[in-house]
Amino acid sequence: MDYINAFWIGGLVCALVQILLDRTKLMPGRVMVLLVCSGAVLGALHIYQPFQDFAGAGASVPLTGFGNLLWKGVKEAVDQEGFIGIFMGGFKASAVGISAALIFSYLASLVFEPKMKK
Amino acid sequence: MTKGLQSIEFEKSPYLVSSASVAGKKEGEGPLGKMFDMVEKEDLFGENTWEEAESTMQKEACLLAMGKAHVQAGDVRYLFGGDLLRQGVATSMGVAELGIPLFGLFGACSTSGEALALASMSVAAGYGDYMLAVTSSHFGSAEKEFRFPLGYANQRPLSAQWTVTGSGAFLVGNRRSHVRITGVTVGKIVDFGLKDSQNMGACMAPAACDTIIRNLVDLERTAEDYDRIVTGDLGYVGQSILFDLMRGKGYDIKKNHMDCGMTIFDQMSQDTHAGGSGCGCAATTLSAYILPKLIRGEWKRVLFVPTGALMSTVSYNEGSSVPGIAHGIVLEHC
Amino acid sequence: MDKERQQQAYENYVKKKTPVHNLPANMAKAFVAGGVICTVGQVILNLCERMGLNKDISGGWTSMILVVCSVLLTGFGIYPRIAKWGGAGTLVPITGFANSVAAPAIEYKKEGQVMGIGCKIFTIAGPVILYGIFTSWVLGFVYWMLKVSGIVA
Repeated sequence: MDYINAFWIGGLVCALVQILLDRTKLMPGRVMVLLVCSGAVLGALHIYQPFQDFAGAGASVPLTGFGNLLWKGVKEAVDQEGFIGIFMGGFKASAVGISAALIFSYLASLVFEPKMKK
Repeated sequence: MTKGLQSIEFEKSPYLVSSASVAGKKEGEGPLGKMFDMVEKEDLFGENTWEEAESTMQKEACLLAMGKAHVQAGDVRYLFGGDLLRQGVATSMGVAELGIPLFGLFGACSTSGEALALASMSVAAGYGDYMLAVTSSHFGSAEKEFRFPLGYANQRPLSAQWTVTGSGAFLVGNRRSHVRITGVTVGKIVDFGLKDSQNMGACMAPAACDTIIRNLVDLERTAEDYDRIVTGDLGYVGQSILFDLMRGKGYDIKKNHMDCGMTIFDQMSQDTHAGGSGCGCAATTLSAYILPKLIRGEWKRVLFVPTGALMSTVSYNEGSSVPGIAHGIVLEHC
Repeated sequence: MDKERQQQAYENYVKKKTPVHNLPANMAKAFVAGGVICTVGQVILNLCERMGLNKDISGGWTSMILVVCSVLLTGFGIYPRIAKWGGAGTLVPITGFANSVAAPAIEYKKEGQVMGIGCKIFTIAGPVILYGIFTSWVLGFVYWMLKVSGIVA
């Protein structure tokens, strides 16, 4: 069941974003920023976490889930460390995603050559 | 002598002595594939970067054009060249070895027209026996310069055009051949305020319209006086807009219009969306497809109007519009 | 004023003239592509949890594995081809983020380790990181204020 939920909810989020891409002049980079920021805001409003509990990877894999993760990290850090936690939580929570992307991309740049589009 | 507001009609028309076209893999697979002088299956042209590849294309095109006419680089008085890259480096790096005195030009995709106009004016004025005009574009370097890295996963809108990997070189001189440049209409910048860099046909169509009408008025001709009116890279979207704009001014060019961007690729099988673009689009099509028809006399008189969208990534990010420019070159069989 | 109206008129006219992708078809493709990627994520997530890892660590493994796959597919030039078909379905998941890091890293290697890869690896992903961190900082600040003032426990 959780596979079905992940599929249709993850797919639905993507299909809705496709409207943004096709019907507005928003460039993909801006759409990605929009997704992360709105995920964080929805997280802070206690909307995203219940949604994610239901949809599983269908909500955590899209970039909105990344935004929610940032918020969760900040909240936890504030709960534990107080004021200084505001500056700690975001990077801590997103560490795996960002580090993995940077490290593997760097390694890839050593191995792969630029290719023409087909 | 000068004619009208923006045009020149040469008293002693210079000849287009020879020309050459160099193209990339995708272009080689297109409808004009067999007509290019050189098609490289490897888009790096044996070089290390897209930029070096573009420079190599320019050099090869120049050498081929001179070779066809048995003219040495030392015999060419001046070279007029340009491309789409920052500070025109593809030209600077490409033609350096030739040792021909250089005018580096930028007219976006209209550069072939700008170069041909200046080359023919210089020959007609008696400042040299041979002038070389060259331009190029490369899909890889242009995507990098204006859009995204090639591995980036984006969907191109249907109005987007595919930058042609190719270079065209033209030797203009006093020596007799079968094509003459009899007139020139230098275009002005026309800005309809459009800001969509992914719809360049619509940005450039007003400039093409302005230059074509200017040419007809200045030289006191009708559209029917030309066998073909050939625009550079308006593409499918730009062409239909051009027709509408021309009709609004009382001209109908539907019967004898042709667009290089629509000719160089097969829209259906090559999935280029609105057609080809780039300096190389108009230049290679002129050399490989249009000039042979003029040489054979199939067409007697052609108005070649390469079009350019004037923008940089900075001007685009800062919210400036994308104005267009187009230059008209009158080519006649002789 | 008159010029502005003319420009607006031209823009509207161009909009009418310009073909656009078939939206329902594109949405369907995005749905399938995005759905498949999320389902793969769910498979990894479930495997990790079955191995006894807690939720957060499982989430970390899922992100990491999806990122590796995306970077490899980008390197082999396959991800852009999937994206041409799948559109937002490949942009929205974390694999799209990884692609936006890997693509400039590979493309700009010719411009050197520092000015090429080092600077330009962030050209597309940098804004995502900046605004993500900033948004969460603002939200965290508000949360801290509410906590200090006793409105939130």
